[in-house]
Amino acid sequence: MSDLGTLRRAMNADTKRRERLYWISLAAVLAALPWVFSSSFAVSIMTQIGIASIFALSYNMLLGQGGMLSFGHAVYFGLGGFLAMHFMNYIEGGFPLPIPFLPLVGGVIGLLFGLIFGSFSTRRAGTVFAMISLGIAELIASSSLIFVKFFGGEEGITGNRTAGPNVLGINYGADIQVYYIAAFWTFVAMFAMFWFSRTPAGRMANAVRENPERAEFVGYSQRRVRMISFCTSGFFAGLAGGIFAIAYEIVTEETLGLNQSGSVLLMAYIGGIGFFIGPVFGAILLTLLRTVLSNFTDIWLLYLGLIFLATVLFAPAGLSGLLMMHGPAYKTRRLGMLVVPYVTMMIPILMITIGLTGILELAHFSGSTSADDRVMVLYGIPSNIDNVLPWATLIMLTIVGIFGVRRAKSGVLDAWARANAPAAPEQIKDDAQ
Amino acid sequence: MLEITVFSLLNGTVYGLLLFMLSSGLTLIFSMMGILNFAHASFYALGAYFAFQISKYIGFWPGLIVAPLVVGVIGAMVERYALRHVHKFGHVAELVFTFGLAFLLEEIIQFIWGNYLKPYRGPNILDFPLFTLFDANFPAYKAFMLTISILIFIGLLLVLTKTRIGLIIQAAITHPNMVGMLGHNVPLVFMLTFGTGTALAGLAGVIAGPVMGTYPGMATDLGSIVFVVVVIGGLGSLAGALVASLLIGIVQTFAVAINVSVSDFLDLIGVSFGPDDILIDLWTMSLPSLAPLVPYLMLILILIFRPTGLFGNRES
Repeated sequence: MSDLGTLRRAMNADTKRRERLYWISLAAVLAALPWVFSSSFAVSIMTQIGIASIFALSYNMLLGQGGMLSFGHAVYFGLGGFLAMHFMNYIEGGFPLPIPFLPLVGGVIGLLFGLIFGSFSTRRAGTVFAMISLGIAELIASSSLIFVKFFGGEEGITGNRTAGPNVLGINYGADIQVYYIAAFWTFVAMFAMFWFSRTPAGRMANAVRENPERAEFVGYSQRRVRMISFCTSGFFAGLAGGIFAIAYEIVTEETLGLNQSGSVLLMAYIGGIGFFIGPVFGAILLTLLRTVLSNFTDIWLLYLGLIFLATVLFAPAGLSGLLMMHGPAYKTRRLGMLVVPYVTMMIPILMITIGLTGILELAHFSGSTSADDRVMVLYGIPSNIDNVLPWATLIMLTIVGIFGVRRAKSGVLDAWARANAPAAPEQIKDDAQ
Repeated sequence: MLEITVFSLLNGTVYGLLLFMLSSGLTLIFSMMGILNFAHASFYALGAYFAFQISKYIGFWPGLIVAPLVVGVIGAMVERYALRHVHKFGHVAELVFTFGLAFLLEEIIQFIWGNYLKPYRGPNILDFPLFTLFDANFPAYKAFMLTISILIFIGLLLVLTKTRIGLIIQAAITHPNMVGMLGHNVPLVFMLTFGTGTALAGLAGVIAGPVMGTYPGMATDLGSIVFVVVVIGGLGSLAGALVASLLIGIVQTFAVAINVSVSDFLDLIGVSFGPDDILIDLWTMSLPSLAPLVPYLMLILILIFRPTGLFGNRES
């Protein structure tokens, strides 16, 4: 018995050490990133990723950890942003608050509105919760166009982050300074949210998600548990909104609109709601799609929709879920078995992707072009849309790709079964020795 | 005042019955499969766009028949090949799927038809004022919309209560497993219901497109209202959907028509605020400007005080 105790303690110490290592490396990576990607475009993208990560993680506190599907999470993000922006203008008028602490104002506002709206919406989870959140989202979005003085109407409200008092000669004008504000808060918020998921409140949120009735029998009020998650999540959403206000110096009604609420759902779901880190993957991917892909194509939102539906249909656990599926094979050191089948699978998938996106791009081009401009440069190849050749090539590529996927599928499944099969007895003995 | 009342009632009824065409399908689908279909209004938009495309070549009337059928087939395909698959992953995944579908369908509509309002018009034969009351015209096309919606309502009622398939549908709503045991093909019934529901939404789009505008955002603009209707009426209740549709339709048209503002009340009690007050919009807001908020306020109040809705008997 005591052996088991020491073993567990040793394992706990081991996990703790590993976790501490993760956090330290995260801090180091956040600090070092601007040296690696130093262009101002890259720095601003990284700031956006930080904001999106906090927002998506706060969303997952509801959806992933608490089982509450919200269609109006941008309400807390946006209201936090608006109030932070108003405070930024007060700072310009002499209010004594250093700019880096402005996100806290947003957080407090998010918390406050979480308290108000949570007081009646957390009574139930499931469909009723989702519907109330949609109602609140529509209500706030419509109000934002009605109360022009506070929300600034369609133009939104603007501020100036450099107008406050300068401490140590830092005026927060440069992108890099904003990045470090965002990075600091990203680190703090991620750490705090991770820590929250380990507290009894966070654990009970999981329990209530799985089985509210049993949680009640153990003596916890499901409503209270949901309320705590809801308010905490509102706080972090507002915090992200506050950083948003600093980074963009403008907050508009779109910031708290339904599209914003939808995009945070997309981030969390594509990244994977089952793991703490999942939404961060989603935030990175979506921010990159939004900023980088939109430079190459007008119809990136269509691709985003396709990616999202593909995730829901084929990989409901999201990116992080796909990665974590490989945990057992990694532990038994059989990941190598999967490499060859994966590569043979990747080739036809790539063919389908190129084929389909090519067809969509050509179709989009032919719909928007004029009669004398018929040549589109597609993947570096000038393609005349009146010719059959580019269309035929792309369609052939897609069809061959589909057949290729069918052929490769059994190989992947076989390799998967072999990599995850229970270890043979001799191997266990080997491992033990 | 009488003029406002009569016309608001008429317009409200037209709008309300249009909402019913959407909400009836939504509520049927919900009560049967437990799926709250976020993409329902997207099928309404698809209906309008298909009808526009058809009307460009062969006129309005063929579109009235063909477009809803096409939309219904697409809906059935979505149920058969996607929704049934997602069903395994649970309710949240289903909701998220239909949400994503709504997003994707809007993007597809923009991809095919572009960003702008399409010049989709009703038939010329209905382009005259049906009657004139207090110097205001009531267009014949709205009367046509009214007729179609009422016909659909009666048809739906007859099918559900008088036919065999209606009986099976009603039984499958409450006891899907038992109906399956009796040898009926429940998945097929589900698919047909989904197809019919989306076809009804498509039909609503065909007849509403010329009046309410055919543009990519038409689905989002109406979609949330339809949800409000279904929740207020009670999830899964057809009668509730009808009452709530008319209620929302009439309340919204009245709210737009009656011009009262908070400042009127404040003047009555002798309170006034300067124009620089940060909440000045709160003190001067008027009922027409609040009209878009009314349905959502009703939704939240209903969900707090009577989560089953007006006629419903289950929460989720």
